[in-house]
Amino acid sequence: MLMQVRGLSKTFGGLHAVEDVSFDIAEGEITAIIGPNGAGKSTLFNLITGFYRPTAGSVTFKAKDITGHPAHRTAQAGVARTFQTTKLFEHSSIAENVLAGCAAGSRSTLIDAVFRTPRHRREEKASMDKTLELLEFTGILEFKDEIAANVPHEVQKRAAVALALATEPELLLLDEPAAGITEDETARFGQLIRQIVARGVTVGLVEHKMSLIMSLADSILVLDQGRRIAWGTPEEVRSDPRVIEAYLGAGSQGSTSQEDGIQERTPGQGA
Amino acid sequence: MKLTFSIRGVGALLVAAALLFAPLILAEQNYLLRVLITGITYAIAVYGLNIILGFTGQLSLAHGGFFGIGVYTMGLLTTDYDWSFWSALLAAIVLTTVVGFLAGLLALRTREAYFAIFTMALGLIIYMVISRWEDVTHAYSGVLGVKLPEDIGPLDFSEPATYYYLLLVFLAAAAYVTYTLRVSNVGRRLLAIRTSEDLASSIGINVGLNKQLAFTASAGFAGLGGALFASAEGFIGPNSSSIDLTFELLMFLLVGGVATVMGPIVGTLLVLMLFEAFQDFQAYRFILLGPVIIALVIYAPQGLIGRLNQLTFYWKRRRAAAQKTAAGAPEQNSPADPHDEKTEVR
Repeated sequence: MLMQVRGLSKTFGGLHAVEDVSFDIAEGEITAIIGPNGAGKSTLFNLITGFYRPTAGSVTFKAKDITGHPAHRTAQAGVARTFQTTKLFEHSSIAENVLAGCAAGSRSTLIDAVFRTPRHRREEKASMDKTLELLEFTGILEFKDEIAANVPHEVQKRAAVALALATEPELLLLDEPAAGITEDETARFGQLIRQIVARGVTVGLVEHKMSLIMSLADSILVLDQGRRIAWGTPEEVRSDPRVIEAYLGAGSQGSTSQEDGIQERTPGQGA
Repeated sequence: MKLTFSIRGVGALLVAAALLFAPLILAEQNYLLRVLITGITYAIAVYGLNIILGFTGQLSLAHGGFFGIGVYTMGLLTTDYDWSFWSALLAAIVLTTVVGFLAGLLALRTREAYFAIFTMALGLIIYMVISRWEDVTHAYSGVLGVKLPEDIGPLDFSEPATYYYLLLVFLAAAAYVTYTLRVSNVGRRLLAIRTSEDLASSIGINVGLNKQLAFTASAGFAGLGGALFASAEGFIGPNSSSIDLTFELLMFLLVGGVATVMGPIVGTLLVLMLFEAFQDFQAYRFILLGPVIIALVIYAPQGLIGRLNQLTFYWKRRRAAAQKTAAGAPEQNSPADPHDEKTEVR
């Protein structure tokens, strides 16, 4: 198991945002986390990635306990993430964004940079090469010199993935990667996620679009009101009566995503 | 390697040339040379402020205080304790760096406005210590006879022009460190923090550590500027650590342009020259300067150099686009120096 989550809980005041959640993320697979709004999906992400400290429970990554590690250490350990509201360094170019991801992992110091040591030049060259490769991989090379705030939404989403990949993660957690993009774009994004897995990066994603989940996920974790109500293959989850009751509703896929996607503008979705 | 023509490089060279030849041009006007000397010591401190405010995005209002620590370390050590200029200079840098480090441990627990308030309080405390601790600092009597650097071989630093060139060396070093920050991973980490601390930590940047290092280095530069200022002036008083000074340094930086390489020196000298031009109006000069600064904040919030960088960036892009359409295909797809394409335009 690449990541093991055991009994993870988080309370905000009296509210149990996440309560006693356990699941595994298997290496080389795609694990999806679904659930109605307020089910605690994003909180769970924040707990795993060190943005929140868990109240109880443990997170193990590559057989090492990373519970409560600060976000940057979790990232350095090999867990990258994207954010629900796409976060980018919006005043910088797309290439600069990805370079920042390379910079984060670089070990060169200011001393190296001031004296232009071989290590510094080697790293600069490597960062540039890696950036171009990742922009190519995510299919946004042509936007490399555009300011991040000015490019289309889909490009921003892909840039956020390229930025996360620049940190060379073993596990990439995507928080609603398909929110706010069209059906076509969503399909292409699914393609990208498969390519990411083919690169050897394990993927975990929170997503509302059932079409994407059902076609991609190897296993699905279903949360409701902070608790795990199901965990298994898409088939198992789809036929689980508790899931149907809490989330999917009368066996219809795809249509339920509308009400859950309300906070995002989702043009073209389901239309 | 292809020789690339860079507008920004040429601009920097022009400023450098102007600074180099200034003593020759101002040979008859010692007063203006003195203004320039003072300006350069301020500019070095502004380069320090630029690291924490420009790159890391934290508004420090303690820099007048750090400057003052540098001033008084140089002033007191070379007079009351009879240290040499060079050892006092080293002591000033070390002391401000240490104070900056310790202050950072506390101050960086706060964010945004609270950080500004905290550091402002810190600056005020430093000012009060300097202006009240009469036994040590002589308070308002000031310190007279601060040493100039000892001669190095044929170099006699009591000659204003010689001292001026010594200052230029320090200034160039400060500018070079800033340039290095702009184009290296270290600077990219700091700029990432300025844009979004959450995103920065999500990609593995230790936000706390990087801010701490930036603040410490930033204080060290302010102390260096202060020490050189004390030596240049010869006579110092508590005003060289006051909160007014903090806001002047801040104004120099904002006028010149945050996170730019040439902004601190251009902003500092420009505003100081304006001060001189409005000298006759004495207390009213801020009434005249106020609107100028307001206009600047409205029309060029990224400062003069920031605005120029932005314009050259757009100009280059338009030209590149025109070339592409004219040639049909991208013949030289990337310039020799990728850093020149920096789009950081704030």
